[in-house]
Amino acid sequence: MDFGFSISPSSTINLDKVDFTLYDRLCEIEPDAKKCMACGSCSATCTAGPWTGMSVRKVILGIQRGKESEAAKMLKGCMLCGKCTMVCPRGINTRHLILSLCRIYGEGEK
Amino acid sequence: MIDRFASGFAPFVIPFLIGMAFVMGYCIVGAIRLIFQLDHGDRKRFLLSLITPKTAWKNIKDIFLNCLIHVKLWKRNKLLGFMHSSIAFGWFMLILLGHIECILYMPHRVKLFYYPIFFNYFVAENETTLRGAIFFFLMDFFLLLVLTGITLAIIKRVRSRLFGMRRTTKPTLLDRVGLYSLWLIFPLRLLAESFTAHISGGSFLTIPMNMMFKAFLGEQMNMLPTWWAYSICLCVFMCVLPFTRYMHIPAEMLLIPFRNAGLTIKHARKGFAKAQVYSCPGCGVCIDACPMTVKKANIKDTTVYLNRNIRRGNEKRIEEISDKCLLCGKCTAVCQVGVDGPQMRIAQRSVRNYGLAPDYTGMDISTIKDAVAAEPSKDRVLYFSGCMTALTPAISRAMESVFHKAGVDYAFMDKDGGLCCGRPILMAGRFDQARQLIKKNREIIYASGASTLVLSCPICYKIFREQYKLEGIRVVHHTEYMLELVKAGRLTLDGAAGSLVYHDPCELGRGSGVYEPPRELLRQAGELVEATHNREMSICCGGSLGSLTLGFDKREDMTVNALKNLTEGDPATIVTACPLCKSTFAMYADRPVEDIAETVNRHSK
Repeated sequence: MDFGFSISPSSTINLDKVDFTLYDRLCEIEPDAKKCMACGSCSATCTAGPWTGMSVRKVILGIQRGKESEAAKMLKGCMLCGKCTMVCPRGINTRHLILSLCRIYGEGEK
Repeated sequence: MIDRFASGFAPFVIPFLIGMAFVMGYCIVGAIRLIFQLDHGDRKRFLLSLITPKTAWKNIKDIFLNCLIHVKLWKRNKLLGFMHSSIAFGWFMLILLGHIECILYMPHRVKLFYYPIFFNYFVAENETTLRGAIFFFLMDFFLLLVLTGITLAIIKRVRSRLFGMRRTTKPTLLDRVGLYSLWLIFPLRLLAESFTAHISGGSFLTIPMNMMFKAFLGEQMNMLPTWWAYSICLCVFMCVLPFTRYMHIPAEMLLIPFRNAGLTIKHARKGFAKAQVYSCPGCGVCIDACPMTVKKANIKDTTVYLNRNIRRGNEKRIEEISDKCLLCGKCTAVCQVGVDGPQMRIAQRSVRNYGLAPDYTGMDISTIKDAVAAEPSKDRVLYFSGCMTALTPAISRAMESVFHKAGVDYAFMDKDGGLCCGRPILMAGRFDQARQLIKKNREIIYASGASTLVLSCPICYKIFREQYKLEGIRVVHHTEYMLELVKAGRLTLDGAAGSLVYHDPCELGRGSGVYEPPRELLRQAGELVEATHNREMSICCGGSLGSLTLGFDKREDMTVNALKNLTEGDPATIVTACPLCKSTFAMYADRPVEDIAETVNRHSK
């Protein structure tokens, strides 16, 4: 029966069961990923954000929580303009972090 | 002139013949391979350019001027220019005159390939003529010229600073073998010809030396061993040549026609790119030019080392070097053979494997389109400020104010956010994504009905000009556009801006060749002071988007160095024409930094 609404799926994340391979690999090649304090400056300045839903903050957060497919969807919208790197208060080279992420996605499947 | 030997042969020519056969074979096979590595269209273009009289003539002219006379080097550094042209041109003349002598005096020996090289050994002078004396004089003169060049080369090896080079590359082992054999060739030739001068004849250099040696050694002149040594040295030089930096000598003769045919790098390692790698003489001029090498940092990340590592196939280093570069293009501006450092690096970046590829095809841009949509008009101007200007909104505000003052009918394409121009992702080597962005932006531009597109960001300007192919729409940088407004009398500058220094942004100056319009504007706005290194020699601010791996924390030294260059004339204000340069300089400058739009806006009515 369609009520026009439904119960949203649970968004609980069980960190004990999450697969951290991607995050560990990211920290290995981009140790600066750990420095992120999720301030959101990157997302606020993002050129692509309004059009594609890209948000560096959410990508990093997502990967830290094992939400790889959500992160991948956002990464596909990045235009690589580099503004996020310029405004990052922690000095993270987010532009290179994004490129590295694009590279390591699907590495394990090969 | 008569033959000394009926056979016209001596065993010592064998090493020379081996060396010559090897180097010729190697270069011919290499050249054919490179030509076949070009894609079909490029190959056709290249072969056509060889038979088109205009480009063919240009090829000959360029090869003569650059490979033999080294005109470009002369313009940069007279001493280095003299050193190179004396060796290259002198050697060429020795070979040429040797052949002419052979044709004139020993026509039956012309078919012997080695004969002109060892002419003096094979002939005996039976009568003295004026023509012969002139030839001998010329031969000695050019030998002396080459020897002067070699002497300078030896001095340069010991003290490169005397030649104005602060840092040079360290030669590899094979480079050294090539270098020392090259140094030895001409002194040995002089010795060999001197020992033989009483038989073959000689001139102001060889005859006195012959007499001197005779006084010391009597009739025991060791003629044959020196000819052997000369021939062996030639053999060693030619056999190691393909594996040393001296490969640039033959490679440049292929690179020049490639470039004149208008080829671009299509493959990271093959064809045109490979020709560039082999044409790199490894001189290291790019080390001093590179903005990253300030305070002796990043020396091994310069273009010369990129080429060296591509030749060695060191993938890890190729990746590091190509990702670190700021793509400012100064190495190309100083390079004598014109190796395109930025393009080479972008090509290396483009061959990476990515698990994820951005895709913008589904992006809905109708709101931007609707905001700028208008009927096509020849007076309508579309202004695109670009991503970087979003971080320095003073520039777009100033531009809007200028438009109002001049009464321009304009639309602001990314007032409420727009798409990226695609240049940053292109610089990262992801061409397909850049093409998608270009397609989207083109849709917006065509919907705007504008006939002129004004850009205040040189990064955008470069890609709009080169890749967008906007038919019927003029693409201008805001410096050019404001100058047009001033010239048309729609904007008047008051000239009260005080002393200004102009910084040439890399993408605008070296990237797009716009040097004069901003200067003309600033001369009218205030008093223009020139920086020590300006125009093509301008130093990158360090903020460039070209670098992928260099964090902003590592760029302070570069910015401070670039600022020092700008402030040597003690100007009151630093003016630039790039939002990125502005924000980078503003972080460390001790005086105001502004965009040219702000200066013009403040001092115009």
